[in-house]
Amino acid sequence: MRRFAAILASAVIIMVLATSAFAAPEKLARQQKMSYNVGAEPATLDPALSTGIPEAVIELSCFEGLTRMDENNIPQPAIATSWTISPDGLVYTFKLRRSSWSNGQPVTAADFEWAWKRALRPETASEYAYQLYYLKNGQAFNEGTITDENLVGVKALDQYTLQVTLEAPTPFFLQLCAFPTLMPVYRKVVEANPEGWFQNVNNYIGNGPFKITKWEHNSKIELVPNPHYWNRSAIKLTNLTFYLIDDVQTALSMFETGQLDAFDAPPAAEIDRLIQQGFLHKSPYVGTYYYMFNTTAKPVNDARVRRALAMAIDRQQLIDRVVRGGQLPALAYVPGGLPGSKAGVEFRDEGGNYFTEDVAAAKKLLAEAGYPDGKGFPTISILYNTSDNHKKIAEAIQEMWKKNLGIDVRLTNQEWQVYLDSRDALDYQVARAGWIGDYVDPNTFLDMWTSNNGNNDSGWKNAKYDELIFGAAKTTDQAKRAKMLHDAEKILMDEMVVMPIYFYVNLNVYKPTIKGVSYSPLGFVDFTNAYVIE
Amino acid sequence: MGSYILKRFVSVVLVVFVVSTATFALMRAIPGGPFRREKALPPAIQRNIEARYKLNDPLIKQYADYMKNLLKGDFGPSYKYLGRSVNDIIRDGFPVSAVLGLLAIAFAIIVGVPAGIISALNQNKWQDNVAMGIAIIGVSVPSFVMATLLMYVFAVKLRWLPAAMWGTPKHAILPMLALAAFPAAFFARLMRSSTLDVLSQDYIRTARSKGLSWTAVVYKHVLKNAILPLVTYLGPQVAAITTGSFVVENIFAIPGLGRYYVTSIYNRDYTTILGVTIFYAVLLVLLNFVVDIAYRWIDPRIKLTAAKE
Amino acid sequence: MEYSPNLFKPVAKDIEAAEAIVRPSVTYWQDAWRRLKQNRMAMVGLWTIVVILLIAVFGPMISPYSYADQELVAQNQGPSAKYWLGTDDLGRDILTRLMYGARISLTVGVLASVLNLTVGVVYGGISGFYGGRVDNIMMRIVEILTAIPMLLYVILLMVILEPGLQNILIALGLVYWLSMARIVRGQVLSLKEQDFVLAARTIGANNWRIILRHLVPNAMGPIIVTATLNIPSAIFTEAFLSFIGLGVNAPMASWGALASDALQVFRSHPAQLFYPAVAISVTMFAFNFLGDGLRDALDPKQRK
Repeated sequence: MRRFAAILASAVIIMVLATSAFAAPEKLARQQKMSYNVGAEPATLDPALSTGIPEAVIELSCFEGLTRMDENNIPQPAIATSWTISPDGLVYTFKLRRSSWSNGQPVTAADFEWAWKRALRPETASEYAYQLYYLKNGQAFNEGTITDENLVGVKALDQYTLQVTLEAPTPFFLQLCAFPTLMPVYRKVVEANPEGWFQNVNNYIGNGPFKITKWEHNSKIELVPNPHYWNRSAIKLTNLTFYLIDDVQTALSMFETGQLDAFDAPPAAEIDRLIQQGFLHKSPYVGTYYYMFNTTAKPVNDARVRRALAMAIDRQQLIDRVVRGGQLPALAYVPGGLPGSKAGVEFRDEGGNYFTEDVAAAKKLLAEAGYPDGKGFPTISILYNTSDNHKKIAEAIQEMWKKNLGIDVRLTNQEWQVYLDSRDALDYQVARAGWIGDYVDPNTFLDMWTSNNGNNDSGWKNAKYDELIFGAAKTTDQAKRAKMLHDAEKILMDEMVVMPIYFYVNLNVYKPTIKGVSYSPLGFVDFTNAYVIE
Repeated sequence: MGSYILKRFVSVVLVVFVVSTATFALMRAIPGGPFRREKALPPAIQRNIEARYKLNDPLIKQYADYMKNLLKGDFGPSYKYLGRSVNDIIRDGFPVSAVLGLLAIAFAIIVGVPAGIISALNQNKWQDNVAMGIAIIGVSVPSFVMATLLMYVFAVKLRWLPAAMWGTPKHAILPMLALAAFPAAFFARLMRSSTLDVLSQDYIRTARSKGLSWTAVVYKHVLKNAILPLVTYLGPQVAAITTGSFVVENIFAIPGLGRYYVTSIYNRDYTTILGVTIFYAVLLVLLNFVVDIAYRWIDPRIKLTAAKE
Repeated sequence: MEYSPNLFKPVAKDIEAAEAIVRPSVTYWQDAWRRLKQNRMAMVGLWTIVVILLIAVFGPMISPYSYADQELVAQNQGPSAKYWLGTDDLGRDILTRLMYGARISLTVGVLASVLNLTVGVVYGGISGFYGGRVDNIMMRIVEILTAIPMLLYVILLMVILEPGLQNILIALGLVYWLSMARIVRGQVLSLKEQDFVLAARTIGANNWRIILRHLVPNAMGPIIVTATLNIPSAIFTEAFLSFIGLGVNAPMASWGALASDALQVFRSHPAQLFYPAVAISVTMFAFNFLGDGLRDALDPKQRK
């Protein structure tokens, strides 16, 4: 039996070697069609008004900003061919290429100026208008404290030159230029029907690689290449279909029956199988799944208790057995993939871990806080919003705390908006939460814990922390800035305001014949360079 | 009869008024709002949005404005799907849900009614046991499990049918089965019970002794006896099933109306919540009205107008 | 032969004996119970329910595990000597969780039946019997309660009350008798025009007696079918309400919740879905057998 196994094993090895040695070069399939599930009916396809990932994915296919992110998430020239930045980091001058809208009309600097100002106008009521608050007077104009559009820091110097003036140096501004809110829109169709210009696909005039031919609500959106795209020759796909399916189990079934070529975030229970079959691919995702504490509620108002709780769970086991999919245990708050003090160095690698999992030490901390072996520890509750995954993780952590610390924890499950309300009102002790970066910089994770930030639902206020975050925002020296952010993260972790659990990874499922799809660590998917092989 | 119809029409309006008022009050009493996000919005942006959708008006004014538009048949714009009106959403979704729902009801009647009669005629024989066994298992399996299993077996494993989406008759088969399971079982149980009821009556013995065939007995007497509860049940059931099932439409990715009954509430899409609720209420009330008219036609002794006392 | 009066003896005035009834007088309910006992399938159903109830009450006490005990490294196992029905995705004993789940699901199922058979029947009976304006008002109330989205007041309840089974009972209590009320009302509208109602009225039966002793028993067929078939939908509604946070807190789970959890892993571990499905089905069979027996026992036409 063992001999047989050995022969089989060597046969397999030989076959693997043979196939890799003789692997033919990629051969393009005759049919360049692919489909992808964006996950939900888009709430809007107006780049200025959209907020979600599904909307952004579709808009990235139909529009192009000054820059476009490459697969390493570095902004590359797109409609802008080059730019200069003033020494103080405040004035950007973009040179635009000669390119066209999908109806053949030229895309000009004035289109950008108009689109940005439109997004900022109070009556547009854009939720993401704050992406343009970095512009000089952007915030004031949006808030209505100034009403003169000409004071906003964006100006078309000529047909193909755009000058942008910022409030403060913003190291990630070129990234923002690739973001939907900053995309140009075709003024005529928007002005003709400001509310619903994008509903009619004939009016949906873009400047991106694809254009929409059909939008079946709650079903699918069909696209073909935009013949007037400046880089038309680089587009290999002839048809791209976005399915709008909410249920990921359904997406999986459609993938297995060949109705669908690609989707993301498969059900946890199926991940191992999909990896074995070679369909599942991991890509970086800038996000942290964590539990946060209400630092005003007993007993978690004591940092020792919070540290004890954070040290008493087994993250690796949680990932391997419950979450699945090879996420990374989080022993710090800011995830990997974000820039550190100098080019090529990751913020996370510099910072390292801020605590260790250690049940004995956790019990000691808990005893110091007055609860030896969990005695006298009041029953606390983990608040989570309705979801099978959050439930499972909470159940596992509840059991780990019970076993390791001897404390009783209840689970409270609330409907999403009720849950947001409880968090806001500090009506909880421990709450599940997660954060995906808005842009590729540690600040997108750290500035939310300043004392008066609307996203800080922990009740925690720390003057030193605020000082570091606000100081970093004003610092242009990258090394100094990174140091301040590291110091801030250390305070956050010493106080254990949030208990990090794992760093997300992007789980992308696609057929082996699909190539060239770019998955961004912020969750966007770009099909510009996608193609199909035999 | 004319005055009865008029009176009923007045009560229809009243029901719709109460339902919309209660729904308005309930949806504004629960926490959250259409533009509540996890990432907190800057206060100025929050204000811009509220101004844009007139959510900063006093509640009573918002209610009055809504009711005024409602009288004109205007359900207002969706707060979630920008640029779409609730009328659009209903116009797009209802035909899909209605086709699927009517197919399911038809299927349930075609399968359930004969199954129930055959069961009763063969009481406690194998036909009865098999049919009732299937019926009981049919109601014991919830629709979310039924839908998932059907998809897995017939689409993923056997590859006979497409897994999901909408468009061709093939796409309709699995969701129809998932929707029809419960009403089919209900009809079968109901018909069996009614048939047994009739079979124990003296006039059936008379009819049989006169040489009337079973088919004639079933047709003439059993159906007549069973049709009343069936029709009663059909009223609300048709209203519910033709406006769509959240579970089945979600699992089979069908672009119907059903999903809005749940998602609009999660999204706090106020206008959509009210729109689809009122639409359903009108349908329900009208169908119950039709049922009451049908009663008189089935059993002319039934009086709906005058009180007994 | 002469007949003299003294040849005759007056018969003892034994009126009582003459009036004596050979069969002991039985009330409607005694008779129904007697006939129910004679129905073998109904008794199988009844005993099955009793056994499930006993398991629900005592099973968890005997089990070495609680519904929350996890052994993560032993997740998704098949049946073994240690875990008789295997373990779930978090390594919890499935049998124990099923037994705890029975407590919730049976409570909900029984409550739904009781609501149907009391509130639903009486409400529908009154509405149908009085007809006219009363009927119009009562049925419009039913329509209003049917049309208002349940999810809305469920979320409101969630904000006001602490989570727990009592919330489920309130939520179900608001709506779980509506379809029954309409069915009974339809039947009564038709039945009240029949001769036996007139007969009952001539001998002076009051309205309540006519409704409860004449009309309702004659509508028993549809009533029982509706009541039994409403049980599983109540059980699944509970699962949905608990899922969105109104009902019992995880890790405690009802049968419906177990089925929904098992659905996540059913492609690789179909047995986990099989167990709660079987539990619900067996219970439903038992309720249906009992229901059919009850219908036969309570139906006056079958009274001999």
